[in-house]
Amino acid sequence: MHSVETRLKELMLASLAGDARSYGVLLDDVARHLRAYFLRRLADAHKGDADDLVQETLMALHTRRATYEVDRPFTAWLHAIARYKLIDHFRRNRIRATVPLDDVEDLFVQDQSDVTADRMDVERLLQSAPERSRDLIYRTKIQGQSIAEVAQSTGLSETSVKVSIHRGLRAITARLKGHANDDK
Amino acid sequence: MTTNDLIARLSAELKPVSRFAVIRRVLMGLGLSLIASAVLMWMWLGMRADLADAATTMPFWSKFFYTLILAAAATWAVKRIAHPLGSIGVSLGVIAATIVVMIILALVQMAMSPPEEYMAMLKGRSVAVCTFNIVMLSLPLLVGGLWVLRGLAPTRLAVAGAAAGLAAGAIAAFVYSFHCSESAMPFIAVWYTLGVLVPGLIGAITGRYILRW
Repeated sequence: MHSVETRLKELMLASLAGDARSYGVLLDDVARHLRAYFLRRLADAHKGDADDLVQETLMALHTRRATYEVDRPFTAWLHAIARYKLIDHFRRNRIRATVPLDDVEDLFVQDQSDVTADRMDVERLLQSAPERSRDLIYRTKIQGQSIAEVAQSTGLSETSVKVSIHRGLRAITARLKGHANDDK
Repeated sequence: MTTNDLIARLSAELKPVSRFAVIRRVLMGLGLSLIASAVLMWMWLGMRADLADAATTMPFWSKFFYTLILAAAATWAVKRIAHPLGSIGVSLGVIAATIVVMIILALVQMAMSPPEEYMAMLKGRSVAVCTFNIVMLSLPLLVGGLWVLRGLAPTRLAVAGAAAGLAAGAIAAFVYSFHCSESAMPFIAVWYTLGVLVPGLIGAITGRYILRW
């Protein structure tokens, strides 16, 4: 298997021996890896610094290439230099991994599962009420409209609204009791 | 400049690099500063007058080897920490063990002497200047050690500075041992050791700023 490490290490050894062609290929390859590395680690506002960091790291690799020990992994050495350059960049620009307090709600995932489960329960229960009364129950019991409002908007008398709601609720209650029985 | 231009430029100026480039730079930097420190000692303090006689005595060689071992271990530490991911654990172990052996020797010597001599063994005749002189002699070495590291790639700057400082202190103590005429082990164990550790501390503090690259 020809891993990245084996490939880059071969190129580095040739470069240390003075082979400019291998060195060009190596730097090209390393530049691409570094770009991805820095882009992954820079916040959106600082993505523009990635190219500067790539060039700075390439310069450091060049001037300090004598510190690569041939019996050690090349990628580990390169990563240590890239990491140093990144931390140095953060330090120089006083970048801290902070978030304004106002945005903190976006940072933490809120647990919506209870609310969702409740809504699903209600909707399933409503299905067990007669079709006519479903909408009426929904509007009075969940949306909180008054009997008079609902009667007015549906054109029904207040009495028939009440009766319809009552029937619907009884059906739901029956359904709940049935469930309770199922559980036994 | 685009990254491609940079790569073309760097490839064009590539020269072969020896496997021993790092150790050569360390030895050259510290070696030149050793000469500077020795010249400073010669001009400022002078060699001890009885050097030829002293060279036949135990205390002279105790100081000689104590500081030499510390200097070698600390020089190796500078070499190790000059690499990214470098660690100086082994060197620190050797340094600590050497200091412990010296303290044991000092305690043995005290145990064999009457208690009323303890103070004299600790203070000698130069207690007021010993550590100070070593620290002064370490300054050119500290500059040399930090210069060595600035051209290499230490990624933990305070540790790297400490290594350079310990090497500077230990080599300076070695140089100073050719001037100093103290012979009691407790004196060496306390004041020479302090003379090694103080530059180490100075190096750790300044390294964080001086060694950035």
